[in-house]
Amino acid sequence: MLDRPQFRHIQSRRDFLSRCLAGLGSMAVADLMHAEGRTAPAADPLAPKPPHFAPKAKNVIFLFQAGAPSQMDLFDPKPMLTKYNGQSLPPELTKDLQLAFIKKNAQVLASAREFTKSGQCGMEISDLLPHTQTIADDICLVRSMVSDAFNHHPGQSLLMSGSPLPGRPTVGAWLTYGLGTEARDLPGFVVLSSGRGTSGGSSNWSSGFLPSTYAGVPFRSSGDPILYLSNPDGVTPEMQRLSLDALKDLNQERLDQTGDLEIAARIQSYELAFRMQTAGPDLLDFSDEPQHILDMYGVDGKLTAPYATNCLLARRMVERGVRFVMLAHASWDQHQNLKKDLQKNCDITDQPAAALVKDLKQRGLLDSTLVVWGGEFGRTSLADIRRPEDIDSVGRDHHPDGYSMWLAGGGIKGGQVIGTTDDLAMHAVDDIVHVHDLQATLMQCMGFDHTKLTYRHMGRDFRLTDVGGKVVQQMLA
Amino acid sequence: MRPVALSAILTLLAFGGRATAQELPPAAERTVDFRKDIQPLFAQRCYACHGEANQINGLRLDRKKDALAGGHSGAAILPGDSANSRLVHLLAGYRVKVVMPPAGPPLTPEQIGLVRAWIDQGAEWPDDAVTAAPAPKRKVSTTGPGSRAPTRAAPGQADRLGANPIDQFILAKLEKENLAPSPEADRATLLRRVSLDLTGLPPSPEQIERFLADSAPKAYERAVDRLLRSEHYGEKWAMHWLDQVRYADSDGYEKDDPRPHARRYCHWVIQALNEDLPFDEFSIDQIAGDLLPHPTEEQLTATGFHRNTLKNREGGVNYEQFRFEENVDRVNTISTVWMGLTLGCAQCHDHKYDPLSQSDYYRFFAFVNNLEDELVPAPLPGERGAWLQTHAEYRSRREEMLCEYNVPELQPAWETKVKYHGEHPGEDTAWDVNWDTLAKMTDGGDKYILIPAEERTEQQADVVTDYFLRFYTQVVSGKEYKQLGFGELRERLEKLEKSYPQMSMARAVSEHEPSREHHIHVRGGWDRLGVEVQPGVPQVLPQLPAGANRLDLARWLFADDNPLTARVTVNRVWQEYFGKGIVSTSDDFGLQGDKPSHPELLDWLAEDFVQSGWSLKHLHKRIVMSAAYRQSSKARPEAAERDPDNRWLSRQNRLRLPAEVIRDTALASAGLLDDEVGGKSVYPPIPDGVTSLSYAGGFAWPTNKGRERYRRGLYIHFQRTVPYPMLMTFDSSERSVTECQRERSNTPLQALNLLNDPVFMEAAQGLATRVLLETPSSELSDRLDYAYELCFARKPSQTEAERLEQYYRDQMRLLDASPKSVAGWFPVAPEEFDRTAAAAWTGVSRVLLNTDEFITRE
Repeated sequence: MLDRPQFRHIQSRRDFLSRCLAGLGSMAVADLMHAEGRTAPAADPLAPKPPHFAPKAKNVIFLFQAGAPSQMDLFDPKPMLTKYNGQSLPPELTKDLQLAFIKKNAQVLASAREFTKSGQCGMEISDLLPHTQTIADDICLVRSMVSDAFNHHPGQSLLMSGSPLPGRPTVGAWLTYGLGTEARDLPGFVVLSSGRGTSGGSSNWSSGFLPSTYAGVPFRSSGDPILYLSNPDGVTPEMQRLSLDALKDLNQERLDQTGDLEIAARIQSYELAFRMQTAGPDLLDFSDEPQHILDMYGVDGKLTAPYATNCLLARRMVERGVRFVMLAHASWDQHQNLKKDLQKNCDITDQPAAALVKDLKQRGLLDSTLVVWGGEFGRTSLADIRRPEDIDSVGRDHHPDGYSMWLAGGGIKGGQVIGTTDDLAMHAVDDIVHVHDLQATLMQCMGFDHTKLTYRHMGRDFRLTDVGGKVVQQMLA
Repeated sequence: MRPVALSAILTLLAFGGRATAQELPPAAERTVDFRKDIQPLFAQRCYACHGEANQINGLRLDRKKDALAGGHSGAAILPGDSANSRLVHLLAGYRVKVVMPPAGPPLTPEQIGLVRAWIDQGAEWPDDAVTAAPAPKRKVSTTGPGSRAPTRAAPGQADRLGANPIDQFILAKLEKENLAPSPEADRATLLRRVSLDLTGLPPSPEQIERFLADSAPKAYERAVDRLLRSEHYGEKWAMHWLDQVRYADSDGYEKDDPRPHARRYCHWVIQALNEDLPFDEFSIDQIAGDLLPHPTEEQLTATGFHRNTLKNREGGVNYEQFRFEENVDRVNTISTVWMGLTLGCAQCHDHKYDPLSQSDYYRFFAFVNNLEDELVPAPLPGERGAWLQTHAEYRSRREEMLCEYNVPELQPAWETKVKYHGEHPGEDTAWDVNWDTLAKMTDGGDKYILIPAEERTEQQADVVTDYFLRFYTQVVSGKEYKQLGFGELRERLEKLEKSYPQMSMARAVSEHEPSREHHIHVRGGWDRLGVEVQPGVPQVLPQLPAGANRLDLARWLFADDNPLTARVTVNRVWQEYFGKGIVSTSDDFGLQGDKPSHPELLDWLAEDFVQSGWSLKHLHKRIVMSAAYRQSSKARPEAAERDPDNRWLSRQNRLRLPAEVIRDTALASAGLLDDEVGGKSVYPPIPDGVTSLSYAGGFAWPTNKGRERYRRGLYIHFQRTVPYPMLMTFDSSERSVTECQRERSNTPLQALNLLNDPVFMEAAQGLATRVLLETPSSELSDRLDYAYELCFARKPSQTEAERLEQYYRDQMRLLDASPKSVAGWFPVAPEEFDRTAAAAWTGVSRVLLNTDEFITRE
């Protein structure tokens, strides 16, 4: 795999080839470099390259539920909580509990939800997620997730980059670095978002110390989908082409004079930019989607529209070869108004997410696309009460010691539940899956040994899983 | 210091790696003739650095009087006593750190023997033995019996390369590899290069004209001196420094609150660089300015360095945990920036490769473990007087306003309750949160509230009151809060404050008293305390006495026996001029780091830097005056075959400009740049929706309407969770952790940014306007010449001119066919010239601003 010195070395390789091949057109040079192959990805650091071993999945859609969804109201039924509802727990049960706002004497809060055995596998899923219930046989539900971080930004950072502190590349950046991208007219790592901004902001799709080539590109829900994708006022496509042709000739002359192949790469970047200007609007144009597909996602639904649009976009991107789509929805941070706000979040996301899995499946894309659903940690079984006079205002605090996520598609065995938490939802007890284990498994599905996809920085070989992570074999198909 | 042992352990401590002698070679046993035996030797091996052109360390060996007087270290020659003459020690590498000459083969024992004999025989120096020729013109000959004569790559080369010692090292390597250096770049390219490198701005047409007309040998040096005197020098090099000290205008993490006072530190950096504050003082002020005796406001401002670390104000965070994380970041930053060491590895375990233990890490950690946040007055010139005159009036009007809203009645009751819940957690979550928020969202509010109201300073009182007004809503109903009108009051108070003269404040630090206990943290966990440790530097390095504090650490970095700081610093400056450092891993000088390409040069530059009194301007001048720097960057196939990375520097490297400089250069060429130096953050236009990606979309971007929007890139407000897109697209540092070396990527997003971002469209329009207004003739070719001068400091080639003339005609044709487009290309209807022509020229300008050449330092 390419490390930092090697990445830098590409520059000099370009110089070298350009000198040897002075006089040849820039494209010819690039083609030769490409054909030469080996470790260097020629002039294009995003050119597709093979992983360590045959992958199960080619693309990832990460349905990132920022803010920490309440697992015992969605995926992990805890009837025992009903028994102790309204009581404080004995200190020996709460002594290890880390809490953000409430104290250890807080009262137990039973879940108001009803759980249904869903699918052939009989997976218990909450009534807040009727659509997710219908894909139970396709998903692998993990009830024993644990995180080291306890606050949102560090938690999101750990989930995405393997470290609670800022500055590391995120999983999408690692994958585009390791695999390049099949998408020729779109970025390899795209970020879609709905709801409020996430706690992590751009650190959730950062390339960290990797070159910014591998950073996630936010797609915007209004205006240009990609920043500066459309021409300025008055600039017609014909004029844009005219300018680019002149620009290309000037750059080519400079390339001939200086012999610096970086200029050839720049010429290619401008051509790709021009193609993106067409591909972007195409991607967003849903007129080729039949109505029943739009309805399945809920693209026209009052509540579902933004998230459904993003889910459908995610599928269309995967079809076009985008390597990693992060679809962020915020916020699930229900310290207050758990009942109302959880309902709302589910009404927004449940139908589109389930539709995405079904749609990918019916198109034969689910086998090669890994879908991940989840947030940075979970919530407490204890109540967060700010306004005792209003019982509906009750919420839950942060809880990283046992929470739920699900995965589906490429390389994942659906219709199964992994891990359990104790009866009071205090700790994951069986088959604990640390965030690093999840990342290691994800890398495995994508064809990488997570310990070997590394990058040298500040004197150390860094990897996504930091110093941890083991592949969860049970998850794999 | 233990040089021999250390060099075996850490490459960083002794790159030069020259063997040191255990004893001196014997003196020759014959009569020595100065003119025949000694003077040629001095001329050949010493004059480059100790002759007419340079007197490094104050030593000059081409004139009798100066030679016998010695240098900054005292007499070098003791007539009659060669065994104790420093010159002999240096030549022999006996009891000294460096061996002279630092480049090329060491002198042979026979040669040293001759020098010894000459000194022992009285150091006779006949008065008529004047230097026959300056050192650079000397003929290179064999350096001793049996040694191979190095082949000069081209005759007369030494002449052209001048007397800059840097070139002796570069040439020695090239000679060894049998490669010739490249010729000097043409003068226009050279001026654009050195202007962009020193100030981050392109030369103006007048500057180009003056420079090209000045054929005096010192013309280039004069240009360099002018650029070093420019205030924009401080801006350009502040930019590189701000990456290293992870400067930003917001806290980072979820809340990512803006830091309005942070800019005062940035201002200090620019000023300090412009004044050429010696790098040791520059550093000591930042690391420990608060501990200096009677620190000045500027020295306290400098400690804002420590405050650049991220701050987690997220609700429910554990204060101790994030105090620990802040200090981890500080340790990593200090050790990387000044020592080039990846000490961070030892946070969790002993370093795998370098001899750094976990205990080393936490001893170092202890130096910053007592830091406390402070906000101090740091008025800029002229601010204090106006503030003093009006402050009393401001305070009384503020009090009146607070009274209008019954704050003096309500606040004490709230204080009592919030303090009670601070002491009795678990009784009421809303009040618990209110207490927690006080600790998190203010700097010190949880401490100030414990001070009786009448004893608080104005600043302390305001912190508590402002907090009360903002967060009282957490403990009363929304309705009640609304009725109180605190929202309106807060707006009025802010307006009131702005209507009075402001005094700049600076984010600074102080030392916690009494000192905290320091521990090893087992496996790096903030709450897993191991054995207690005392402040100290890594064991492998020269030690500080017990009881050392942060100031001692800062001074230790600049102690005579600390070899790291100067090397790391010169290497990073070098990297900005050549694209990579002499050690290419400028963030890691440890065993895992890259080996230096020119170890002796690194040592020499470091020594020269120290001897100059740590003058950065001296260092910059040294480098940009070198022939190595001035070479053409044109690719050379025959050299690339042998040295694909161009590490031997047989030519310059073409370097894509840093993000900020791309913006500045576009604005400057377009005549739009507001070149005011220093001051507050600016908010140039940003596309709708970018800031909605901040936490809860909570960050607003108050786009500047006035001239501020045309200020330089380094003043753009840096919001960590939603950084200005153009900066990130062009590889700016994320400013979360220290970064010593930016990448240079090449992406389609960059193309879209330069093509379609309104900022660059405005620049194209500005450039078009300039070309149309300022070109004396209306000939297309003259206008193109001028446009090229503004953008590239050169004239277009014939093919370039023809191509653009064709483009211009085609563009005119399209515009004529689509009159509606004209207003988009050129939004105002000028009186002075035809609007369609202006639109077509905007097209030409846009093409020029998008060329690879425009965003590249050739």
